[in-house]
Amino acid sequence: MGEAAPKKQDDKPRLKEVKDPPPRLVKGGASAGQGAVVHRVTAEELAKKQREISVSEFFAKNRHLLGFDSPRKALLTAVKEAVDNSLDACEEARILPEIEVKIEVANGNGAKAAEPPKPEAKAPAAGAPPETPKIPSVAQAERFIVTVTDNGPGIVPEQIARIFAKLLYGSKFHRLRMSRGQQGIGISAAGLYGQLTTGKPVKVISRTSEKKPARYVEIVIDTAKNEPRTLANREVEWDRPHGTRVSIELEGRYQKGRTSVDEFLEQTSVANPHARIVYVNPEGQQVVFERMVGELPAAPREIKPHPYGIEFGVLLKMMQDTKSHWVGGFLSSDFSRVSSKTASEICRKAGIEPKMLVRKVHGDVAERLFKAIQQTPIMNPPTDCLSPIGEKAILAGLYKQIKGDFYTAVSRRPSVYRGNPFAIEVGLAFGTGQAGLQQSMVEKEEAVPVAEGEREEREGEVQLARIMRFANRVPLLYQPGACAVTKAILETSWRNYGLTQSRGALPQGPLVIFIHMASVWVPFTSESKEAIADYDEIRKEIRLALNEAGRRLSSFVRRRDRAALEMKRRDVFEAYIEEVADACKRLKKGKLDDEKLKKQLTSIAKSITGGAKTDEILGKNKKVEEPAPESTIIVTPEGVQGAVPEAPSPAPAAEPAKVEEKMPVNVSKAPSKKEKPHGKRKR
Amino acid sequence: MARESVEERLVGLADVVIEAAKKKKDPAFDIPVRALSNVAFNEKRRIIEMKDATTERSFFNLGMAKKFMQTMLVADALAELQRAECTTSLREIYYRTKHTLRDSSENTFDDQAESDPVIEDLEVTLEALREELHVSAEGRGSIVGNITLVDDGDPIDCSKAGKSGHTVPSIVEEPGIRIKKCSADFVLLIEKSTQFNRLSEDKFWKRHNCILLTGNGQPPRGVRRLCRRIHDEWKKPVLVLVDNDPWGYYIYSVVKQGSINLAFESERMAIPDAKFIGLSSFDPEKHKMPRNLGIKLKDNDITRAKELLAYPWFQKKEWQKEIKHMLASGLKYELDALANKDFRYLTTGYLPRKLKDKDWLD
Repeated sequence: MGEAAPKKQDDKPRLKEVKDPPPRLVKGGASAGQGAVVHRVTAEELAKKQREISVSEFFAKNRHLLGFDSPRKALLTAVKEAVDNSLDACEEARILPEIEVKIEVANGNGAKAAEPPKPEAKAPAAGAPPETPKIPSVAQAERFIVTVTDNGPGIVPEQIARIFAKLLYGSKFHRLRMSRGQQGIGISAAGLYGQLTTGKPVKVISRTSEKKPARYVEIVIDTAKNEPRTLANREVEWDRPHGTRVSIELEGRYQKGRTSVDEFLEQTSVANPHARIVYVNPEGQQVVFERMVGELPAAPREIKPHPYGIEFGVLLKMMQDTKSHWVGGFLSSDFSRVSSKTASEICRKAGIEPKMLVRKVHGDVAERLFKAIQQTPIMNPPTDCLSPIGEKAILAGLYKQIKGDFYTAVSRRPSVYRGNPFAIEVGLAFGTGQAGLQQSMVEKEEAVPVAEGEREEREGEVQLARIMRFANRVPLLYQPGACAVTKAILETSWRNYGLTQSRGALPQGPLVIFIHMASVWVPFTSESKEAIADYDEIRKEIRLALNEAGRRLSSFVRRRDRAALEMKRRDVFEAYIEEVADACKRLKKGKLDDEKLKKQLTSIAKSITGGAKTDEILGKNKKVEEPAPESTIIVTPEGVQGAVPEAPSPAPAAEPAKVEEKMPVNVSKAPSKKEKPHGKRKR
Repeated sequence: MARESVEERLVGLADVVIEAAKKKKDPAFDIPVRALSNVAFNEKRRIIEMKDATTERSFFNLGMAKKFMQTMLVADALAELQRAECTTSLREIYYRTKHTLRDSSENTFDDQAESDPVIEDLEVTLEALREELHVSAEGRGSIVGNITLVDDGDPIDCSKAGKSGHTVPSIVEEPGIRIKKCSADFVLLIEKSTQFNRLSEDKFWKRHNCILLTGNGQPPRGVRRLCRRIHDEWKKPVLVLVDNDPWGYYIYSVVKQGSINLAFESERMAIPDAKFIGLSSFDPEKHKMPRNLGIKLKDNDITRAKELLAYPWFQKKEWQKEIKHMLASGLKYELDALANKDFRYLTTGYLPRKLKDKDWLD
């Protein structure tokens, strides 16, 4: 939220209208309304007329493009946009993020909410239902208030309205920098959705420093002009030294489970262990996702586009925008890895002079230039512009959130697809987290007698691995099937790593697979930005990372299975010795010292199952275990080994969160009721 | 058998455990293998006999520990039966021995399919008959005809048992059951109750002076044993009437030579002189049953038929011809198909002609 104000665009409307799909009309209009240089009055008028219909209509009809296709998803998208913005803002300002997400059921819910108020109906919706104090139950509720608060740098008062009530613009083509921003159209879209479905304004409090007062602003979007309309703007008391709070009332639906807000925040916390996230769900329960890493990720560097990753239209657009006069200069200064020598080479292939004026390049010539670029050998782009999560942080995130016995993380070195640098990172969390080999394997937990036929039923339940996909640290919750990540997981032969896997299915077992793609430009399959497109280079990198992580997993699984087998043998014998000795006693009509018999049999069992040697393998007599490799955590009954994350000392701003010793179960303990332990280690 | 009582043999299992424990050895029993690999066809006696291959069931072996424990539990239950002098079913033994292991939800037995084989193991290991173990199978099976049994002292005249006949007890040993009188000329053992009921209703047994006996499918031990006793004690020939399919052939072969699974009982169950009266794969031609009365052989029928062809006791030329003829026709026929001609064709046409022509296989 605290992100820099949208950049002004000096696009010539002529080009925009020709080139851009409908959503961009909004952007064009925005710059025009802002007083950008206008060349043709008639076109401007035309554009205005189009806008008056298009902004609200287009949005209403194309909600799905922006992630608002269903009430449930709308709630998620609103949270996601706000959280992404907060994280981006904090990181850019180099502040360890403290984010609070609160979802409440709104008053006067339902009523006429289904009918979006007319876009013209400005301000506090005329047709707003009378405020009734009756609050519907969470499951029934159709209207929610989403409030996201961060400790970011804040926003200067003049910018607040524009940031929250003007559909985002600013070209991503030019800003080749790794950010979450790629993910969505922005917080203003969420605000607009709220406004369309409830008629309520977006409410913002922001403060930039302790020395300055906080500012409270209520804004709606004038959809006809795509301009913010401020309804309230005053100084308020706020207990935070700096930060931003945005509150949006919208039509939505709250439901737990897959693709829920809960899952999104959990996964966000896994991929952003440097953030502390407090979540209050509509039921009023608070879940705290504690910070596990005390340092911010390295700030990603902005890079210029690489010529190979550029499309023809983009090339034209860059030529419009460039400050260079000559083609040669344009090529070498606006692209990465193009020296003046390479530029001359390109020009030669295109059959033009490097000294040709850029603005003279049109049509055929431009096309020739584009082709020439593809044919000229150019060095791969620099890859240091990426800011991967890092193995240590991935481990920390998984360890905090996922209950398991084994964790590992692999960060691949950056690679390149179509001129775009990217890096793949993989994490695995395996096991049930009971770490309890010391317990009897003969199902200690529930000693309820099992009826005939019930056993098979239980065995029939197959647990498949759970996948967590991320693009630039943002969880991808929808369309797993269309995603290159899923495909790479499916084509990996998990049997080699000691897991069961049916043909063409996910591996089975208590496994969580974490996959992150960091890139300046993540290729999504569609505008809804939910699945990563299937490029060979990307899939190959994912596969290599999975292989490496899988190899580590397999050595763990094999070792554990071996020990468990020995344990099982002994346990089995212990349980059966009772039965056999009792049966013998009855056969002998009670004339038998059954205790003695049990003792004798037990000692035989011990010597047969390897006696002390087994104890050793099992680690019963203290550790003889090999140390866990880097980037791996192994949880055993004795404790945790490997790269165990140390929870950072509480940040100065944070309350004294008592971070207990090792077991992360405690770390993320929320003061919530019993309930399902959301945000806690769950599966 | 002049040897220890069944109870003593059962207690002997406990002694095996106790002795082994004393010597710090893994307790183990040798259990005869109940499989095709461990049976042999005795050409001279014409029965299937068990060979002496055994497997060791030891306690401290992960794969066998549970079986071992179960064996001890069943032995205990069987000893209890001996001491209480009562007889029970396989299913009740299953329930008697089922409980959870201490501190867990693991059951000693999850279903009856686990306990039945253990009982059979004990039968062969202890060389005790099921009746001696006081365990009965289900008493399915009926008898009607000119024969009088004495059951627990009460005389039962099977010629006055109505249409449905008298139920064959699951245990037909002396002294509980005696055959007091038998004036019939032969025994007709029928696979299915439909045909038994037809023949009984039509008083076939009166006209042809025979005993009708059915076991509803694979005859249970009671039926087989009673049949064998009539054959042995009263020298009556036995004819077997089954469907024309591989399963029918096998029913006949079990009656005649004994079964693979319980080969140790062949000696007192098998009737090597039993004859196969029908339904033969040549009958459809002889009795002009059109092709559309047949049923196409399924894959498992064909597989089973080929197995039969390989059994040593099916090596007679006529039998190879019989089975191969069925395979060549690709069809199997049910006894019920005879009703196509006439409901009473079995009683008045098929069987009389078979008996007259002595048209049967050995």
